[in-house]
Amino acid sequence: MSNSTGFNDNERDENKMKTAQTTPTSLSSVASARTLSQPGTALLGTGLETRSVHAWFGKKHVLSDVTLDFAAGTVTALIGPSGCGKSTFIRTLNRMHEFIPTAAMAGEVLLDGKDIYAPGTDVTKIRLRVGMVFQKPNPFPSMTIGENVLSGLKLAQIKKSNTDELLESCLTRAGLWNEVKDRLGEHGGSLSGGQQQRLCIARSLAVEPQVLLMDEPCSALDPGSTFRIEETIAELAKSMTIVIVTHNMQQAARVSDYTAFFLSDGGPGEMIEAAPTSRIFSSPQDKRTEDYVTGRFG
Amino acid sequence: MSTVIPTPKKPWQPTALDKLEDFLLVVAAFGVAGASVKFTGLDGKIGFFFSLFFSLLLLNYGFHYYKRGTAAAKDSLLQVFTVMAIVITCIPIASIVGTVVIKGYKGIHWGILTNDMALNSVNDPVAQGGLGHALVGTIIMVGLALIISFPIGVLTALYLTEIRGPLARPIRFLVQAMSGVPSIVAGLFILSSLVYPVTQQLSGLMGSLALTILMIPTIARTAEEMLLLIPNELREAGVALGGTQWRTVAGVVLPAAKSGLVTAIILGIARIIGETAPLLLVSGGGDALNVNPTQGAMGSLPYYIWKSFLTGGTPEAFARAWGGMLVLLSFIFILFGLARYLSGRKVA
Repeated sequence: MSNSTGFNDNERDENKMKTAQTTPTSLSSVASARTLSQPGTALLGTGLETRSVHAWFGKKHVLSDVTLDFAAGTVTALIGPSGCGKSTFIRTLNRMHEFIPTAAMAGEVLLDGKDIYAPGTDVTKIRLRVGMVFQKPNPFPSMTIGENVLSGLKLAQIKKSNTDELLESCLTRAGLWNEVKDRLGEHGGSLSGGQQQRLCIARSLAVEPQVLLMDEPCSALDPGSTFRIEETIAELAKSMTIVIVTHNMQQAARVSDYTAFFLSDGGPGEMIEAAPTSRIFSSPQDKRTEDYVTGRFG
Repeated sequence: MSTVIPTPKKPWQPTALDKLEDFLLVVAAFGVAGASVKFTGLDGKIGFFFSLFFSLLLLNYGFHYYKRGTAAAKDSLLQVFTVMAIVITCIPIASIVGTVVIKGYKGIHWGILTNDMALNSVNDPVAQGGLGHALVGTIIMVGLALIISFPIGVLTALYLTEIRGPLARPIRFLVQAMSGVPSIVAGLFILSSLVYPVTQQLSGLMGSLALTILMIPTIARTAEEMLLLIPNELREAGVALGGTQWRTVAGVVLPAAKSGLVTAIILGIARIIGETAPLLLVSGGGDALNVNPTQGAMGSLPYYIWKSFLTGGTPEAFARAWGGMLVLLSFIFILFGLARYLSGRKVA
């Protein structure tokens, strides 16, 4: 079980401060500097990059010109007030945006350097590599706990020989194994809200994504469950790239290496500032970021 | 140190006095209704029922107004209305089931399910012959109709809810219009499009095709309603795990809607199991057991009932008809009970 939680922030912060000193301006350069400084992360791919991403619902322009890099093996928090386009943005990263009939977008999202919106791209393969955890826990009601975890294999038609081992490792990584190991045959609905959300995390781990998107994963949960999920995120960050949308600034400060602040002044949402988390909270460059993180609005 | 654990109580429930008051109100209403039938121009059961209804309304309103004010009085009015609605709904159902049981049991005998009418007329003593052929025919034709309509109906519903293609609106309209097609029209359609030009003989298959026309709209509409109840989050979760739309629908959406789909089957069967008119036209009315749906007339329970009532005229024939109804009704109850049991068993 992970003992490393929000508590190992000190270590992370030091790391970030160091990189922040060398590269003060853009997140992408900071991120790549950090990636280069960490041997071994190349195994995770080169990460996820967006280039001038815009998004629309019908005629309404909801997100404007977001260019942001997520280096492999980092945790990036997206913060900002409601309606600023954070959730829309995160849904463009695994092509869930197009699930809404009126949706449209522009720009590029590069996964290991290849545009996931390029013609001929198999969208199901993209979603296998970029997993997603939703705001409300949504375990499949017709399946047991065990079937829920392995459902991704069935849905994507992946053959795995040792599913028992996979089941245990996914549930362990999601911090749920000890609570459910004796009741894998029960229905997912019999779990508490926090357990259901960790079940959903375990479910998205089973298909071994290299990036995990989390859209306000704790907004429907109590503080205890939130703490467990944050522990889980810290544990997962060792082996994958994580992007998390959160309304909770303490959470962003606890779990993330980098933070991007989004804001909408009535028009489409924009990314105001992106930097190592400690810098966003201690010395933000933009006045609006400072106002938001110090609680003056939002 | 031990805490004294109090007895669990339910202080929010009506007290004995409340119950007595309600009971007295009903008794009083019956009294008023009886008196009005006796002493005024109102007459008969309908008159009694109407005066009972209005006196219940007035007495409840007056009493609760006196006791607790206008809001409570209005509340009690709504209660009287809902209780009356339940009573009015239940009277015909209870009356039908009761009459069928009381009159039908005389037509039941050993061998009713195993014998057929090949060598008997409807006017023979009740203990001779039986409706085995009709029951088998109904099961075969309804079963075939279900096998054909269920996939078509569910696929139609999936087109309307999951694919949401450009034709969704006209198809939804068409399905709604089709559910209003009179059953005799379905029979005539099969008769003129298949029986006369193609097969040139009556058969069970033609009967089940006519029933299919009636069954598809019911199944499609019910399945559509049930699929719309499945939260969109489940579809998103399935797709986000790398499933194609088809895998997500088959692996997540349909299993989640399972009990709703059973409801669709039940309503579909309920729509057609009592149909007589189309079967008269295209499957005829066999009196002998026929298990081959592709050849020859095939009997059915509604046809058996219809024939016993209209072609006999003797008390034996009537007893036979009522017996047939009892068998049909019991068959439906068993079928629906079974479907509910099977669909509800695994859901926590």
